Amino acid sequence: MSVKVGQAAEAPSFAKASRGALGNTQLRHNVRNATDVIRARRAHAVAETLDWPQLRDSARAIKDHVLRHLGAYLEQFEAACTAAGGKVHWARDADEANQTVIDIIRSHGASEVIKVKTMTSDETALNPALEAAGISPIETDLADLIIQLGGDKPSHIVVPALHRNKAEIRRLFMEKMQLQDLGERAEDLAAAARRYLRERFLRASVGLSGANFAIAESGSLCVVESEGNGRMCVTLPKVLISLVGIEKIVPTFGDLEVFLQLLARSATGERMNPYNSVWTGVTPGDGPQEFHVVLLDNGRTGVLADPESRATLACIRCGACLNICPVYRQTGGHAYGSIYAGPIGAILTPQLQAMKHSQSLPYASTLCGACYDVCPVKIDIPEILIHLRSKVVKGHGAPLAERLAMKAVARAFSNGGRLESAQKLVRIAQKPFVEDGVIGRLPGMLANWTRFRDLPEVPAESFRQWWAARRRKEIP
Amino acid sequence: MSAAKLDARQEILERIHHAAGGAGDRAAEYAAIPREYRREGGMAPEARLELFAARLYEYGASVYRCTAAQIADAVAQALTQRRRTAIVVSHGVPASWLPDGFEFVEDNDLSYAALDQSNGVLTGCEAAVAFTGTIILRHGPGQPRRAVTLVPDYHLCVVRAQQIVETLPEAIRRVEEFRAAPLTTISGPSATSDIEMTRVKGVHGPRTLDVVLVL
Repeated sequence: MSVKVGQAAEAPSFAKASRGALGNTQLRHNVRNATDVIRARRAHAVAETLDWPQLRDSARAIKDHVLRHLGAYLEQFEAACTAAGGKVHWARDADEANQTVIDIIRSHGASEVIKVKTMTSDETALNPALEAAGISPIETDLADLIIQLGGDKPSHIVVPALHRNKAEIRRLFMEKMQLQDLGERAEDLAAAARRYLRERFLRASVGLSGANFAIAESGSLCVVESEGNGRMCVTLPKVLISLVGIEKIVPTFGDLEVFLQLLARSATGERMNPYNSVWTGVTPGDGPQEFHVVLLDNGRTGVLADPESRATLACIRCGACLNICPVYRQTGGHAYGSIYAGPIGAILTPQLQAMKHSQSLPYASTLCGACYDVCPVKIDIPEILIHLRSKVVKGHGAPLAERLAMKAVARAFSNGGRLESAQKLVRIAQKPFVEDGVIGRLPGMLANWTRFRDLPEVPAESFRQWWAARRRKEIP
Repeated sequence: MSAAKLDARQEILERIHHAAGGAGDRAAEYAAIPREYRREGGMAPEARLELFAARLYEYGASVYRCTAAQIADAVAQALTQRRRTAIVVSHGVPASWLPDGFEFVEDNDLSYAALDQSNGVLTGCEAAVAFTGTIILRHGPGQPRRAVTLVPDYHLCVVRAQQIVETLPEAIRRVEEFRAAPLTTISGPSATSDIEMTRVKGVHGPRTLDVVLVL
C-alpha cells in the first residue's frame, strides 16, 4: 500500500511553509482579490436560491446514505457500466491507479494523453508517472495549463492558478507558446489557450478525465466544467479513461438535480456552469468507443472507517471553504503542502495518509466555523479538525513539558484558592512582557502560543476579587 | 482482468465492508431521504419563457422569437446577423427549419477537421431550464452527435416553449428516460473563470450561442 496525496508526505509543516507565503505580497494580493470576487458572487447566487438550506440537507443525506452502503453502490455502478460497454478497474492506491492508466495508454501505442482537470490525478501524481513512462500529459483546463506551462503547483481546488494574475499569465503564455504579441485582456489569454490546444484536441487518441459524480443505477459519469475542454476530452478521443475516487457515487440520475444546483453556485457563483457532460459506457457512433473507469481507494476506506470524520468523504470539491477561510486567504494554497488546500485539505490530506503525514494541517485553522456555514454538503469541518488534533496528540503524546504544565494547570483550576494564588503570580510575572496592554511574545515553551497571536494582559483584579469588593461596598 | 486486479477489487470491497458495514434496507433508506427543496416551479408559462430569454441575454446569447411556421425565417435572421453561411445540420433537424440561401451540410459522420472548418451547427434540444438558462441536449441515434455541438465555433439551437421548465429538478425528470444516452447541459457559451475569477466568454467550446425560441 502506498497512499499518495501529491507530494504532501514530503511537505514542510504548515507553520513553516506559510511563512514564505506571508512574505509574498503579490501572491497575497492575488489570492485576496480572486477570493473577494468569488465570495461576492457565491453570496448572491446562494441568496437568490430560496431552497438552499433544503438542498444542503438533501445533499448531505444522500452522501451519508451512500457512505453507509458504499460497497453495494460501487458494485451496482460496476455492473451497469460494464453492461453499457465500459471496463471497470479497481486501484488500492496511487501507484496501482497510475500503472493501470499507463497500461491502457501503452496498449494503444499512444505517446500523449489529453487531460481535463482532475484533482484525483494530481492526488496520485499521475503526470510524473506518465512522463516517466514516456507519455506526455496535456493539461487542457486553462488554470491547469497555466500551472503546467509554468512548472507551478495548484493552489486551489477549483481554480488551481488562482495565485496568478493576468499580467503573470500573459508573460508565461508569451514565453511558453512562443507568441510575439498577446493582448492584455482575459479574453486574449483565453483565445491564446484555444489556439494552442485546438489541434491537440483534434488529434488526440486518448483522453483522461476524473468525474464529479458516478451514478450507481446507470453506471454513468458526470463531468462539470466551463470551458468545453472537458467535453473535448470525454468526446473526441477514441479511448477514454476516467479516474474516479470511490466516494463520488450518487445512487440515481435524479440525484443530480440536487448536486448540480449546489456545485456551480458554491464553486464559481454561477447559477449553472456552462457545461455538464453525462455519459454511460460506450455509445455507438458517438464519442470514445473504448471506455475505462479506474475506481480509486488511496486511503478513502481509512477515512470511511472513522465515524467521527467520515463526513470528509461527502465533499464535492467546490472550494467554497477555501474562499471563505481567513487562514487560506492570508497564505494561499501552497502553504498546505498538498493539492488539497484550505479547510477541506486540512482534514482530507492527513486522513488519506492515515494521519502519518501532514499532521500540522489540522492546526492550520482558527476554528471560526465559516467553512461549515458555506459547505454545500454541511461538513462540520471545525469539529473534524478538533477530532484530528486529538488524534495527532494521542498518536504522539504531548511533549513532557506540556504534560507537566497541563498537570499544574489542572491542579490550579480545580481549587479557587490555588487559582487565585496562581493569578497573583502571573500578574507579577507578566510585567516584563506587557506592552500597551498586550503580550506579544512569551518566553520558552509558551512562545508557541504568542507566535501567531497576541495575548491580552492579565488584569490587575480578577472577577472574583471585583465581585467581592463590590459586595462589601453594597452590603456594609 | 489479471489476478492482481481481482484482488484489488476484493480488498477494497472488504475494507469498505469493515469500515461502514452496509447494514439496513438500502432501498427503504434511500426512499426516506428528505427532499424538501423545490421540485416544481410556480411560474406562468409566459413568465417562464421571459426568464429563460433573460438568462440567455445575460450569457451573451441572442434570442430570436418566432412561431412554429417561422423557424426557417428566424434561422436565416440569426445566421445573417452572425455572418455564417456554411452550417452543419445535426441529426434530428427537420428540413422545414432550413431557409434558402445558405449552405447546409448534413452530419454524415463528418471528420473533426470538417467540423472545425464549418461556420457553425444547427440543432434542436431535449429540454430547457428557465431559472438557470440551461439547454439540455440528448445525443445518440437520431440526435446530434456530441462532437457536432462542440467543435464548430457557433451553435444555433432551436428551443420550443413547451420544452422549457422552470427548475432543474423538472428538467431532470423530463430527460430521465434518456439517462443512458449521453446528455450535455449548456448554460451559455463556453467560458472560463480561471483568470482572476472573472467569467470570460469563449474558450474551447462554441464561443457564440444563439437560440431560436419557438412560441
